Amino acid sequence: MEKSIDEINRRICDGSARVVTADEMPDIVSELGEEGALREVDVVTTGTFGAMCSSGSFLNFGHAEPPIKMERIWLNDVEAYGGLAAVDTYIGATNKSVTQMESYGGAHVIEDFITGKSIELRAQSSGSDCYPRRSITTEIRLEDLNQAIMVNPRNAYQRYDAAVNTSDDTMFTYMGTLLPHCGNVTFSGAGTLNPICNDPNLRLIGSGIPILLGGAQGMVVGEGTQHSSAGNFGTLMTTADMSDMTSDFLRAAYMYRYGPTLYLGVGVPIPVLDLEVVRKTAVRDEELMVSIKDYGVPSRSRPVLRQVSYKELKSGMIELNGEEVRTSSLSSYRRAKLVASTLKRWIEEGQMTLCLPTRPIDPSKQAKPMRETRKVVLVQEIMLRRVVTIKEDQDITEAAKKLLRGETNHLPVLDEQGRLTGVVTTFDVAKAVARPERKVKVLDVMTRNVITTRVDEPIDIAAQKMEHHRISALPVVDAQNQCIAILHASDLGKLFKSGGNKP
Amino acid sequence: MKLLVRLIHDSKPIIAQVVRDTGVLINVDRARSDAHEGEEALVDVPDESCMLVSERMRSLGAEVSILEEGIRHDEDECVDCGACISVCPKEVFSFDDDWKLQVMTKRCILCGRCIQSCPHAALSLNN
Ligand code: SF4
Ligand code: SF4
Repeated sequence: MEKSIDEINRRICDGSARVVTADEMPDIVSELGEEGALREVDVVTTGTFGAMCSSGSFLNFGHAEPPIKMERIWLNDVEAYGGLAAVDTYIGATNKSVTQMESYGGAHVIEDFITGKSIELRAQSSGSDCYPRRSITTEIRLEDLNQAIMVNPRNAYQRYDAAVNTSDDTMFTYMGTLLPHCGNVTFSGAGTLNPICNDPNLRLIGSGIPILLGGAQGMVVGEGTQHSSAGNFGTLMTTADMSDMTSDFLRAAYMYRYGPTLYLGVGVPIPVLDLEVVRKTAVRDEELMVSIKDYGVPSRSRPVLRQVSYKELKSGMIELNGEEVRTSSLSSYRRAKLVASTLKRWIEEGQMTLCLPTRPIDPSKQAKPMRETRKVVLVQEIMLRRVVTIKEDQDITEAAKKLLRGETNHLPVLDEQGRLTGVVTTFDVAKAVARPERKVKVLDVMTRNVITTRVDEPIDIAAQKMEHHRISALPVVDAQNQCIAILHASDLGKLFKSGGNKP
Repeated sequence: MKLLVRLIHDSKPIIAQVVRDTGVLINVDRARSDAHEGEEALVDVPDESCMLVSERMRSLGAEVSILEEGIRHDEDECVDCGACISVCPKEVFSFDDDWKLQVMTKRCILCGRCIQSCPHAALSLNN
């Protein structure tokens, strides 16, 4: 038995279509069998609600008097793209405000627009004969715009790898707060409700099909950026009119020390045309696997600790290296259900009919990493090989003398074998002097928990370490933990001077 | 009721003394000692003894501020993601059967960890 899309649309129009949400489908199929489910169910609605950083909107402001061709544009001090004609722009969700705290960004501008707030538009131009005006400042609301069309290059990730942190420090990432020593696991995605998880071969999800986006009726444009369906990481490019969106399905967010992002609800209805659709939409959380990746390793290829199913992740607790670790979702399953049930209601009430894709999305595509033609600058290129060190059992006054010579404010401390065991800074010495009654040897005042780098570490990673720990130098160690050089934050500036070949 | 107790100068173990003087059992949720800022402790006392305990502490030279019950959760901003759940050391947060966030403020020790972990600025301290 098969059903045609026209048959399903006829039922939607006369109000007799049977619509279910994707989380209900597995049990329906278990109960009625595949054939039975195909007869019974006409549409399965999916939904997800989570951080979708790669989102934004095209806006058209209408012409000013005298007219301006806007070249640099700010909306509530968040810069928008100025490379389009005259009074068009694109505001991206993750751009940070140039004046306010970094917790306000493009996503907040978008949310403020849809909740009816007034936004300050500022623009500059170099002027031309046809567009003489050089600058403009005005207050605008969503209703003042000619168009506000959200077009998101990458939404609705099929699934997303979970995150953990094996390092000694708390990390603040786009995957949220990651506690040290695998203290927690974070993940994203709605599992069984996720749109592409219910059509992994992209038979019915493609260009032109209707969707819910931010609470508005929108559509899939086509393949999303970084779409990598071959590895189960498909994505969609989506669009809808901002005027129809609501804050139930669109929320600006701020990931601490990462930046602004946009939480969006996206839902795709899937017409139940044949047995293949029934089988795919019967998918359960336990069949949807992702990797748990170690964000403690600052590399594109982060080590995988284990595979895990959405069922385990959603349970709130998983096992990792023999220990129970608590999990946190970053996306909202409650809102994902609200997306799927809203779509269901729209279709039941005949407000939305379905169609087949006008152009398919390639299900076998694999995303490539960036081609890099210039080599990354490594620590060895700017580290200082002539490093002044001190021994553990030396007197603190010796340390003070060495520091006073002014070549450094960080003295790596070595043991008898020349291995790095600590660091003494000017601050440590000052503290020791302030309490002369105790603590006289270097051993007593040094900082033992030393953050280090290696000769072959990319300089940007070493710089991030210094910034994260608020320190100004890193001892460079070899495999035997011998201190062979030192990297000073002040030397990072060298990179930008020599001119030409370096970034 | 939670009390935030600050001791500026070098001081005696006043919590023990207050327990002895007032006969009220005091639960220390957390305590911090810092060479520059002195000592700070967050304690939990029965509501009816709150005034008695704080008066006695003040008379022993401590700064006492009365905090409301635990972390404040703004339901309008919250989207029920759950990002806060795994970072809280006291398991204050959990989901109910409908995936709605439940907040057991009684357990909260106001450590503040969850505040930064909430992407929607839905968590804050009362004062
Ligand atoms: S302040 Fe600390 S104890 Fe209280 S809810 Fe937040 S993380 Fe938990
Ligand atoms: S992290 Fe914030 S938005 Fe998410 S569930 Fe917790 S309080 Fe709500």
